[in-house]
Amino acid sequence: MAWPLIRLIPRSTHFRFVKWAPVAAIFSALLIVGSGVSFFTQGLNLGIDFKGGVALEARMPTPIPTSELRTALAGFGAHDAQVQPFGSPNSAMIRFLPEAGQNPNQAAVDLEKKLIQRYPTMTIPSHSAIGAKVSGELLGKGFMALGIALALMLAYIWFRFGLSYGTGAVVAVFHDIVLTLGLLSVLQIEFSMTSIAALLTVIGYSMNEKVITFDRLKENLRKYKTTPLREIIDLSENERLSRTIITGTTALLALGGTMFFGGPVLFPLVFTMTFGIIIGTYSSVYIALPLILVWGVKRGEEEATPIKLGAGTRP
Amino acid sequence: MLTLSRWKVTAVILSVIFGIVFTLPNLLPQKTLDALPGWVPHQKLNLGLDLQGGSYLLYEVDTDALRAERLTNMVEDVRTTLRNDQIEFGELGEAGGIVRVRITDPGKVDQAVSLLRRSIGGPLAGAIGGRDTNISNRGDGRLELSFVPEAAKADAAKAVDQSIETIRRRVDAMGTKEPTITRQGVNRIVIQAAGESDPARLQAVIGQTAKLTFQMVDETVTPEDMAAGRIPPGVMVIPSAEAGRPPIPVAKRALVTGEDLVDANQTFDQNGAAAVGFRFGGSGARKFGDATTRNVGKRFAIVLDNKYISDPRINQPLPGGSGIITGNFTPESAAELALLLRSGALPAKLNLEEQRTVGAELGADAVRAGTISLAIGAAAMFVFIILAYGLFGTFAAIALFVNVLLIVGIMSMTQATLTFPGIAGLILTLAVAVDANVLIYERMRDEAAAGRSPMSAADTGYRRALVSIMDANITSVISALIMFSMGAGPVKGFAWTLLIGVFTSLFTAILITQVLIGWWFKAAKPKKLPIA
Repeated sequence: MAWPLIRLIPRSTHFRFVKWAPVAAIFSALLIVGSGVSFFTQGLNLGIDFKGGVALEARMPTPIPTSELRTALAGFGAHDAQVQPFGSPNSAMIRFLPEAGQNPNQAAVDLEKKLIQRYPTMTIPSHSAIGAKVSGELLGKGFMALGIALALMLAYIWFRFGLSYGTGAVVAVFHDIVLTLGLLSVLQIEFSMTSIAALLTVIGYSMNEKVITFDRLKENLRKYKTTPLREIIDLSENERLSRTIITGTTALLALGGTMFFGGPVLFPLVFTMTFGIIIGTYSSVYIALPLILVWGVKRGEEEATPIKLGAGTRP
Repeated sequence: MLTLSRWKVTAVILSVIFGIVFTLPNLLPQKTLDALPGWVPHQKLNLGLDLQGGSYLLYEVDTDALRAERLTNMVEDVRTTLRNDQIEFGELGEAGGIVRVRITDPGKVDQAVSLLRRSIGGPLAGAIGGRDTNISNRGDGRLELSFVPEAAKADAAKAVDQSIETIRRRVDAMGTKEPTITRQGVNRIVIQAAGESDPARLQAVIGQTAKLTFQMVDETVTPEDMAAGRIPPGVMVIPSAEAGRPPIPVAKRALVTGEDLVDANQTFDQNGAAAVGFRFGGSGARKFGDATTRNVGKRFAIVLDNKYISDPRINQPLPGGSGIITGNFTPESAAELALLLRSGALPAKLNLEEQRTVGAELGADAVRAGTISLAIGAAAMFVFIILAYGLFGTFAAIALFVNVLLIVGIMSMTQATLTFPGIAGLILTLAVAVDANVLIYERMRDEAAAGRSPMSAADTGYRRALVSIMDANITSVISALIMFSMGAGPVKGFAWTLLIGVFTSLFTAILITQVLIGWWFKAAKPKKLPIA
């Protein structure tokens, strides 16, 4: 009987996850280096939240003549203006930095007037202007929030499971953040305040994954006191496999609708979260747990606090 | 755990009713909603500016300028005080936040110190008997005056409070639909105005300092003096508010200021041109009357934000304390200036640091995109979880549906803001809620495989999975709290949605499925778990 589908997943699997961990480590290391190169050569495509300046969304009933618009913008004194299609050909996002000393808000208002004069059918449904002071603070605050989140998670896992688990989890989550930032940099997807929210969500989700595997690992360590740690890690991961597959699929299905129908405003957010969910699942299996093997865990402590096991636990 | 205690069933039924009642206003047409009796909840979701359209303005109160102005006033106060008591002095000036003066007659230094101590500055807020000014004697007749650090802080705080009040009065007078005005940090003010309000007009009304002063024109200073930079102390040159008129020299100290105004309105002068009528009250009227009586035949300047609007000659004393301001006004601009004068000047300049405007149409697009995304995401999850877990999956799907009702219901009830990113947060919350059920069901399968009876496996499944579920949700709460404390606007909405979602998810995923599975056990008396 194939329904419910959960029966399709074998009762017990015996994948040798730990065996592949060195390969995964090399793979991850290469990706991290790649992320670093992209991060330091072309950097992140900072939105005006973090860079300051003006962003206008322009709409026309007909497709926007992008290159002509660029020339026109240069003529209006908006130097180095970026014009990007925004969701549909009839819509474009214009971003530019006003000249030093010029009030970004005034620059936005002036430009809006000139644009509408030049293209009478154009409408500007949204515009934002952010001064350098605020944007600088936002960038600092954003990265500080990521740091605080990691520190708090480390503290929580340390308190809940022990230091080697905490370090393993935080290294893995840090890996997730670096790779996510790297991808955003490679693809030059706009990095804004909501991207920080997305990264924080990714941290939460990825930590989730780790905590749940740790729970099982800890339980198995109590159960099989003499089995080598390497085998227990493999066992715990195999036992958790069906849950990881179902939850991961649910999350991706849930975000899929937003990815395709959420429009250009939500796309960077959802894209970041989707990639984060995938990378978070990968790093739970191949980074967090193998790292525990590298550092080892004090198993004597586990014996000191035995918990009551009900009848019928696994042999 | 699977024993169906009465409180569990009651809690589940109550929560479902709560969810339906508080979600319903969002689904009913406005007309039906208006027709409902008053005790039925009427609150809809409070949509963020990115969903309903509107403007977000962040202003910073220019406290540096405020301090500079206070120091300039101190210099003038020292000058007037010493002159009135005929104490000779020199080298009066301000640098680096300190006002310095040298008393020429060594015998009068002590007298000057005690005189200045009495008349300069004011009491320090929050400290009984404290003064906001420090006076120190540096020897050789040199005196230094400065504000104590607490005074600067109190000043800035007061300026921000006053600014918020003034902005509120101005915005109320404009008739804009309930904007929210909040303080952010030490010296920032956030204004959020929803809907169709015109952002440009809002900015024009909020951003203008509207500091009105009446200052005597110093007619002894000739245009040649001005060109050569020969400006006597206590006099300053100010530009005209209109192009094409020369700057004029005026006394730094104002005769009367807009603070003494009790009324201002738009009117017309004898030639039928638009003008602003004003009236001083009480002491203001007396000061204005005295000044006009003393200075008949001389000119004074009506100065707005350090630019003069007009410089009429005083033809006769004006004891009533009222008059009109003429200038290059249209009826609209006169009405706007009258509004600004009525609601009072801002104590300091406001700098617009951040501005975001979303058109109502774009907001409607976002609502549409968000609804479609949510519907598709939820539908995909429903189908998948039912396919994956069969009957138990259906229970999880029912719990998920109640979860949506509860989140929407709680957000409507508390009027928490739902932003566009918040919708994405909501979708992810639902996925994490499903995870709780997945954990429970997987645990049940493990326990059943280990040889437990269906009932015992189900029961242990709930008990054992609870630990992991709690651990997992604490990490979500940590990230949501961080977002909440740092974020502004959309990000805050995102965090809030996540946070509400974590709690409703725990409730629905654990309790509702438990009651449903409990009922099913009672009715079907199964020999085998349907997911094992």
